[in-house]
Amino acid sequence: MESVNAKYVSQKISKTRWRPVSHSSLQQPDIFATGSWDNEDNKISFWSIGNHGSSGMDEGFEGDPQLLCEHKHDGDVLDLQFLDQDRIVTTSSTGAVTIFRHHQNSQTISVSQRWPRVHRYPCDNAPCTGVVCSSPEIVTVGEDGKIIVFRADQEGVIRVIENADSSTIHAVTYLRTTEILTCILYLDDVLLPLHCVDRHPNQQHIVATGGQDGMLCVWDVRQGSTPFSLMEAHSAEMWEVHFHPTNPDHLFTCSEDGSLLHWETSTHSDMPSFLQGGRNNSMISRSAMAPAGGNQSLISTWLSGDSSKGRLETTHMLPSQTLSVNSLDVLGQCLVCGTDGEAIFVNRQVPV
Amino acid sequence: MEELDVEPAITNIPAASDGKHLGFAWGPGDILAYETLYMAPGSGCSFIHEVRKDEDIYSPILRKLFNESHHIFVGLQTIREDLPSKNKKTQFVSISKNYRSVIRACMEELQQVAVSTKVAEVATQYGNQVSILLAIELIWNLCEVLFIDAAPAGPLLLHLLDWVRLHKGDVDEKAREVLQSESPAEHHDYWDVVVSYVLQGRFEEARQMLVKQATLQPAARNMYKLMDTLLSKMPFYNPGGTQTLTEFDVKWRHWHEEVDRCLQDNSFASNQHLEIICKILVGDEDTLLEHKELLSTWYHFLVTRLLFCHPTVKPTELHYYAQSCMTMFLDLRSVPEPLDSILLAAFEFDIHQVIKDCSIALNNWWFVAHLTDLLDHCKLLQSHNLHFGSNLREFLLLEYASGLFTHHSLWQLAVDYFDNCPEFGHVYLELQIERVPLDTERKALKVLRICEQRQMSEQVRSICKIMAMRALRNNRLGSALSWSIRAKDAAFATLISERFLQDYCARGTFSDLDLIDNLGPAMLLSDRLTFLVKYREFHKLYEENRFSEAAKLLLSLITAKIAPRSFWMTLLTDALPLLEQKEVIFSADQTHELMFCLEELTSSLNTTAPGTDRTMQVRISSCTQTCNRLQIKILRCKSAITIAMRKGKNAPGF
Repeated sequence: MESVNAKYVSQKISKTRWRPVSHSSLQQPDIFATGSWDNEDNKISFWSIGNHGSSGMDEGFEGDPQLLCEHKHDGDVLDLQFLDQDRIVTTSSTGAVTIFRHHQNSQTISVSQRWPRVHRYPCDNAPCTGVVCSSPEIVTVGEDGKIIVFRADQEGVIRVIENADSSTIHAVTYLRTTEILTCILYLDDVLLPLHCVDRHPNQQHIVATGGQDGMLCVWDVRQGSTPFSLMEAHSAEMWEVHFHPTNPDHLFTCSEDGSLLHWETSTHSDMPSFLQGGRNNSMISRSAMAPAGGNQSLISTWLSGDSSKGRLETTHMLPSQTLSVNSLDVLGQCLVCGTDGEAIFVNRQVPV
Repeated sequence: MEELDVEPAITNIPAASDGKHLGFAWGPGDILAYETLYMAPGSGCSFIHEVRKDEDIYSPILRKLFNESHHIFVGLQTIREDLPSKNKKTQFVSISKNYRSVIRACMEELQQVAVSTKVAEVATQYGNQVSILLAIELIWNLCEVLFIDAAPAGPLLLHLLDWVRLHKGDVDEKAREVLQSESPAEHHDYWDVVVSYVLQGRFEEARQMLVKQATLQPAARNMYKLMDTLLSKMPFYNPGGTQTLTEFDVKWRHWHEEVDRCLQDNSFASNQHLEIICKILVGDEDTLLEHKELLSTWYHFLVTRLLFCHPTVKPTELHYYAQSCMTMFLDLRSVPEPLDSILLAAFEFDIHQVIKDCSIALNNWWFVAHLTDLLDHCKLLQSHNLHFGSNLREFLLLEYASGLFTHHSLWQLAVDYFDNCPEFGHVYLELQIERVPLDTERKALKVLRICEQRQMSEQVRSICKIMAMRALRNNRLGSALSWSIRAKDAAFATLISERFLQDYCARGTFSDLDLIDNLGPAMLLSDRLTFLVKYREFHKLYEENRFSEAAKLLLSLITAKIAPRSFWMTLLTDALPLLEQKEVIFSADQTHELMFCLEELTSSLNTTAPGTDRTMQVRISSCTQTCNRLQIKILRCKSAITIAMRKGKNAPGF
């Protein structure tokens, strides 16, 4: 826990995301973006943890994240994604979707494109709750139950799916390039909204979700409407769930109860080593995947797991007694999360 | 009400014009003032002025203070009661140091901004905040030394020395300047630095500085050597050592006599500066008072005087010295500042006076709330019942937390403070939490989670109702339904089910099938909701061609009478296609029941008042027509069954 320090930033953080690093480089991520909520003046900010040339640094050096630049944001930042190296898409509680561009040279931010009030009710604004992008396409969902598709370079809206649901859509993710999965409700006896969803980076039919009761569910979307496994994760709403992008045996969840859990499945002993993860192996493992129904050992351990079988390890990553952890992001060995206690935690040595 | 402690402060409202009357209304943390037309005629003013007492919670840098101290506060509450008191004391001291380091970090950041900003207003504002924080930290540190650490005679003086050194940073700056100059010993501030070191009891550094002077004046070497010896031999009490206080006292007196002898011998008479230092070492008050500028505060004077006159001072004796030092140091004409009286009260061990004076002097309850809470944990506050019924600690925490609740963002912190006020915290929270504006569902969920965890069911219901109404207004029926299910609000669920049913009647199809199909046991929340779900199930069964099950369900719906009256006709009409099927679906009993219902419905239609309007009459007549058709169908069905029975075939329902 020594490598985790809190930085107090005077704004409640609703979302944090690492800037993507190119696959070929071995660099650790060094810049992340945050969005605030519940302020009179909300902001998006870019921070640096100074990981350039990290190999030359001392073991014990843990610098605080430094603020690079920030920009005013209208309404709470409800979701935030990096479109590419310089641009982020944010969705707002006023129903607007905005693309901001981060100018690295001058360390300024400018609004690149804006679609105000795309999510709305007839007489009111509807908060836009989730966004997912695969440049240049952007898909957003909102409390009005609409799914809207944009292109980053075009003014207007490409497509609107009205009344996708009469309830609020909380989260969205890409299943395949042409399919998206939205997240509303699920039941197991009680009706419970799901708040977050993430797709397994390698096996696209596996999806993990977190809900209002803090349960972590892993689903196989090919097979029906009940989850494959259910695990009791948190004692309050789970806000985000993320598979580690290059090492998907690791899963991270964060919740309203103030905890951030790191889930690790133990791998099968007969699993070929090149599938066991690691940054540089990600490209190889994707192409080497045999079609489903073949090799038994390629079925993800997530689908067979249930915590009582002892194959799942969880560790708390934050000191206890923090307020709700609203968001987390993990890339390489670095994890960043933001809380309602107006603090950001960065961990540079996540054991994956 | 008792008499006021201080005169109330006057705040001018700059935008309000002269001679006008102002009306006002109290808010939770502020006052709204507006011009009224009470007396003279004239044009009104359309402005409302918001007068706020506490600006600090809106300062971005001070916000970090509130957040970090909240973290420390929550940690403090969880210290176990059953630890031995010695362990607890070290923990409390470390928590106190934590608080202080948070204050210092904030101070440094404010100072940086105050220095680097180009806007004059910001610079002054931040500068003021820095001085307030400095004062706060000074007071807290003293309270830590005297109350929490509660050092006995001996270590007490050492702690006080540390306290003074920490808060007099300019000595080091000056020293740096002097040492970095070409010839330190000839710098004009040189002797000031040496004397300051001596006044603070930092003899090592003083000796090192003196060495530089000594090398410049070889002729006076013996004198410097003597001074060096005197400085090095001054005894300091060692708390961890084996020496008792009495032994130390004896040693110290010996040393004191030796210094006195040097003075009497005029050993330093030829060097004015060394003579001054010698007099200081012997504790001569007049010499000390001559160096008011270097001391700069009466409490520095106090500690120095104690150092050189009474190093074994007991805590209970402090206030005599404090009072006399303050009187000696300050001008007779000058009025003591609030800070001075607070510190004096602390030296007198009058905790309540300290808290009271701080509450008056500061515009924010942060400091007194946290300090009192810590002191209460150290069991230093007598239970002091206020007129309001709760004790001092709780009163201050409630005030502080209520102030936080007025902030658009910091209200979440206040929840934990209310949790730790056993008597009134819950009530305060109940009243305040309903006023948090709910712009998004996510925020509503967070507020709900807070309420549910504390069993505040009234508030849960009220919040869910607000969200459900909002959803209903925007025609998001599914959302509204899930909110009312969460609140377990049967009445609202009924309302929404009615809307669903109206929708169905208007459009012929259901919306939100996903939600309705998957409610599970939640559908039992209200009769109407159950009806809705079952009705939808009936439709599903019909679409899947499972006619006999559909028929059974439909019949149970009709006979169970959970349908609204307006729907009976629709239900019976739904029976029509089933009756029209080639196979006989209804059993004899079922057809009996159908007939019965139909008769009931017909009679109720016939007894409708004659004065009903045209549309109603049209509806009634169309209903009657349908009833007649149904009757025919049912009779036909019945006869089909009877025939089948007579023929001995298996009829459904047997």
